Amino acid sequence: MQNIHDHLFNINRRQILKGAAAGGLAMLGSTALSQLMAAESPQPGGRTEFPNFPPKAKRVIYLYQEGAPSQLDTYDHKPELQAMFNKDLPDSVRGTQRLTGMTSGMTRFPVAPSIFKFERHSNQEDGLWVSELLRNTGEMANELCVIKSMITEQINHGPGVTFMQTGHQLVGRPSVGAWLSYGLGSANANLPAFVVMISQGRGQMQALFSHLWGAGFLPGEHQGVQFRAAADPVLFLNDPKGMRREDRRKVLDMISEMNHREAQANGDSEVLARMAQYEMAYRMQASVPELTDFKNETESTLEMYGPDVRKPGTYAYNCLMARRMAERGVRFIQLYHRGWDHHGSVVRDLPLQCQDVDRAQAALLKDLRQRGLLDETLVVWGGEFGRTVYCQGELTATQYGRDHHPRCFSMWLAGGGIKGGISYGQTDEFSYNVAVNPVSVHDLHATMLHCLGIDHSRLTYKTQGLDMKLTGVEPAKVLKGILT
Amino acid sequence: MHYRFILLVIFGWGLTPVPAAERISYNRDIRPILSDKCFACHGFDAKHRKAELRLDTAEGAHGKGESGVVVITPGNLQGSELWHRILEKDEQEIMPPPETHKSLSEVEKDLIRRWIEAGASYEQHWSFVPPVRPAVPAGSGNALDAFILERLKSAGLAPSPQTDKETLLRRVTLDLIGLPPTIEELNIFLADSATDAYEKQVDRLLNSPRYGERMAVGWLDAARYGDTNGYLHDLLRTGWPWRDWVIKAFNEGKPFDQFVIEQVAGDLIPGATPEQILATAFCRNHLITGEGGTLAAEYLNEYAADRVQTVGTAFLGLTFNCCRCHDHKFDPLKQDDFYSLQAYFNSITEKHLENNSASAYPPAIEIASPLVPQGQKVSVMVMQEAPTPTPTFVLTRGQYDQPDKQRPVSRRPPQVLGVPLEATPSDRMGLAMWLVSTQNPLLARVTVNRLWQQIFGSGIVKSLDDFGVQGEFPSHPELLDWLAVEFREGWSVRHIMRLMVTSATYRQSSRVREDCLAKDPENRLLARFPRQRLTAEEIRDQALFASGLLVEEMGGPPVFPRQPDGLWEERGNEGSNTRVYTPSQGSALYRRSLYTFLKRTAPPPWMSIFDAPDRTSCAVRRIPTNTPLQALAVLNEEQSLECAKFLAVRALQDPGTTEDRLRTLVRRVTARTPSATDLQTLQAGLASILARYKAAPDDVVLLLKQGARETPADLNPTELAAWMLVASTVLNLDQSLVRN
Repeated sequence: MQNIHDHLFNINRRQILKGAAAGGLAMLGSTALSQLMAAESPQPGGRTEFPNFPPKAKRVIYLYQEGAPSQLDTYDHKPELQAMFNKDLPDSVRGTQRLTGMTSGMTRFPVAPSIFKFERHSNQEDGLWVSELLRNTGEMANELCVIKSMITEQINHGPGVTFMQTGHQLVGRPSVGAWLSYGLGSANANLPAFVVMISQGRGQMQALFSHLWGAGFLPGEHQGVQFRAAADPVLFLNDPKGMRREDRRKVLDMISEMNHREAQANGDSEVLARMAQYEMAYRMQASVPELTDFKNETESTLEMYGPDVRKPGTYAYNCLMARRMAERGVRFIQLYHRGWDHHGSVVRDLPLQCQDVDRAQAALLKDLRQRGLLDETLVVWGGEFGRTVYCQGELTATQYGRDHHPRCFSMWLAGGGIKGGISYGQTDEFSYNVAVNPVSVHDLHATMLHCLGIDHSRLTYKTQGLDMKLTGVEPAKVLKGILT
Repeated sequence: MHYRFILLVIFGWGLTPVPAAERISYNRDIRPILSDKCFACHGFDAKHRKAELRLDTAEGAHGKGESGVVVITPGNLQGSELWHRILEKDEQEIMPPPETHKSLSEVEKDLIRRWIEAGASYEQHWSFVPPVRPAVPAGSGNALDAFILERLKSAGLAPSPQTDKETLLRRVTLDLIGLPPTIEELNIFLADSATDAYEKQVDRLLNSPRYGERMAVGWLDAARYGDTNGYLHDLLRTGWPWRDWVIKAFNEGKPFDQFVIEQVAGDLIPGATPEQILATAFCRNHLITGEGGTLAAEYLNEYAADRVQTVGTAFLGLTFNCCRCHDHKFDPLKQDDFYSLQAYFNSITEKHLENNSASAYPPAIEIASPLVPQGQKVSVMVMQEAPTPTPTFVLTRGQYDQPDKQRPVSRRPPQVLGVPLEATPSDRMGLAMWLVSTQNPLLARVTVNRLWQQIFGSGIVKSLDDFGVQGEFPSHPELLDWLAVEFREGWSVRHIMRLMVTSATYRQSSRVREDCLAKDPENRLLARFPRQRLTAEEIRDQALFASGLLVEEMGGPPVFPRQPDGLWEERGNEGSNTRVYTPSQGSALYRRSLYTFLKRTAPPPWMSIFDAPDRTSCAVRRIPTNTPLQALAVLNEEQSLECAKFLAVRALQDPGTTEDRLRTLVRRVTARTPSATDLQTLQAGLASILARYKAAPDDVVLLLKQGARETPADLNPTELAAWMLVASTVLNLDQSLVRN
């Protein structure tokens, strides 16, 4: 009996080597197997060549703002535009840029300055100007590196979000989180490496596709696992009503006994690998409820995130979940907050939308800082493109909308590996074109990977005869100037 | 680490290092190395070529380099600059340059050395040479076995003995109809001692209407079939009559050449029948956007490009994606080739419609499902040629708005594969006729390879989607060509399926052997039958079938089994007509999984969890994974539990002792007679669960609430609950989830 066991585990050892080499098993469970893995590789499921150099960040929290927030009303302060109210955007600025079908038929392009006040928050430079709608976030200026010179190639939501999350506008590529799960593996044997959480916003809501957290051509276990605001935070996590924990154990014990005999009969270590996943499922049934149970959070912590934190599925709730996942070693924590697509009325929708996110995301940064986690957690905030300086729809002193704008937009990074308290890049006086230090989506991805100790040109996977990578074929650059 | 890399290189093509005595083959041994490490800078693509040096042709490699020295002198290592540069220590001089991360391993260097010494001869890439039927090696079994045995012998491996009859019947039943055998079928087969007992079962299965459903699944993946349009609004579309056309085609044994012609150009057949026109929905299965603000020129171009990529991968096994923007870096496919193919597909009478929620955009046909001809007619998108062809140009860097007017293209197949057939139309019909002609070296090979994978788990060419230079060399090149020629002489899919499943190779035991693991860890040589996890569809259908819940109605509109609440709503677009999921009622809950509604932006969770593609683009391969989410799904998904409950109902209605009933339960799902120890495990488990539920009647009531269908009132609920958990145990066994 013991001999057969040894034999099987020896097979396993080989298979794991093979699996790791081929990008295989991401989340192996049973103790024996984890020990085997640990002996071979410090990152269960990851690839031994990563990280390529000592990482600054161990994980990522990506606060994705779906729909594209207006940079002009949040982080890209243009006070001189007030004098340009309802004047035409000069053709020389607009150039021959592609417009969406929604505004390409317009006869004039009247400038709509932001109606919101901006406030100066001190940082490591001469202060950071942030919209009054994001006051709490602004108060974290010393942690933030605001990039004002983001550029994307996409002008519509579907391809725009897909490009931002997978490095390519067409569906079918792995998302950033899947790449990191593939390269670095999981740091927690009881939780997935890549988790996704969605919260609903106030404005017009565009679809979120499951391929945005898909594994693309990478093995399927690297796809993001969606945690939902439902009784089952992970699909099918809960045993049926009428079944107790000991009943589940009983069933698993029967399966285990019979599977072990099966493994001996057919000599296939895959049987044990499957059993290990059943055991991990069992552990997740305990670890996930523990994760989602806020009862040990102090009142002051909950207060910091705001009243929404008590409502599952809100951005505030997801922010606190993100911190709890960070503590437990989840590699890539992806939040989506929907509703930033303010064609019709920035004036009406943006304040509500900012109200959803401002307090909670500032609290998340503070909370991570207080717990000593911020320096090892890379936090990213932003959407798929920016919005136009000219008005879409009717322009009055109290009303304007903005169309999609790929040629410049703002994002911010904070935490592991990032220099806090600075801005990077500049736009022209209309926030229409980038004036200094353009940052492409691939540059952003290369920089994120760098913070995690990965040379983006080495994180490749062979498919259809090509070495595919997150950062595409054109050269991408790491933004050295914003790194610690 | 280094050791592992070498292993991979070796196992990448031929599983063992080339023995010193064996001749080095350019195609098998050398091209993969040069292609991976050198061609990016010294290959086909003139634009990115460095130092004016080509290593992909004999002329280039045997000529002089920039510095005037001979790159490779055949048979003379010292007179070959290439060899010196490979051995070079200076980082500025060594090839490949270190910054490319493409350094050569010792094994690779040795192969190149031997190749140069042997004369450095080049061969045309194997898959571009039309297949010729090779001689079948002498030996027992059918032709397939002869090829397999020859290769095994040279690797010093013996085949495995035939597997037991129970395992064999379950294996072939799952493979041919996607369902397990019934107890009655098992008993008949076990009692049948005729020499052709197995062949009789194979013929029964090949003639089952379930066969077409099973075969359709792989084709729906390749044809990117879905029930919504994808993109932002992910609107409802009615494409399912085409899905039924596919099932019918497999069941009727439509010759595969006809299958291809009708899907590519059915509308252009003189006097085309409505079903032949329906077949061209294949070309319109791509995603469609109606997002406000999107541009017609951009998306119509995108759709035509998708057709090219699908035809390229599904029929030619080539990756054309690269050529949208530039000449292929590895394969002799040029940007002109891409747009020459696109010219076949961009001249249809389609329009880009913004903010329009029709379930089919013109051109469309009003038609009922070919499987349910008396059913309601719906509108299905099909192909219809515009009166005049759209002038087509190479698009600079693939940009839809940057046609290079200096580079007009005409309709033709990729140059490296040949020219259009003489006296054929210049439209899609001409392309279709060329695709199925003997001049196309790829269609038959690519198709038998896909069928081979379906049965043996891995293709003879492992890279199913890449028969190009970067693809893997076949594990059995002669077998592949023999099968391709055999297939082409009649284009019968059934014939190839029958050949495979009646081979001795197929009937082997799947037991893992120590000697195979050492010599052939990936089991590419097939010294045993590969154990494989069932597909998403098979796992669900098996449970429905074994529990007696499966409704075997064929075809018709897609159905909506129950799924967790909110999966569509939490992500859907407000303007979408597929934002709210409304589950079906009654029998529609229990149909085979290929009839489940497939929303592309939120596919059925069960399907994604078990590695089914989301049908957004052509997919010819599913890579099975093993995750905790799969365990949770089979343990806790509502219908999985409902199946367990109805397996329990059947068990309680079965005659005999508890042991008899347990034996039958296990046989229903796994087709295997459980061992005495397994029966003991289940019996002891049943007793302990029964005791626990006897003391907790409230839990019994709760547990039995799973699913929509009522259970017979005369059954004891406590017993039913206990048996339900035992049945769930059986559904979760490795032997249930895996095809042995």
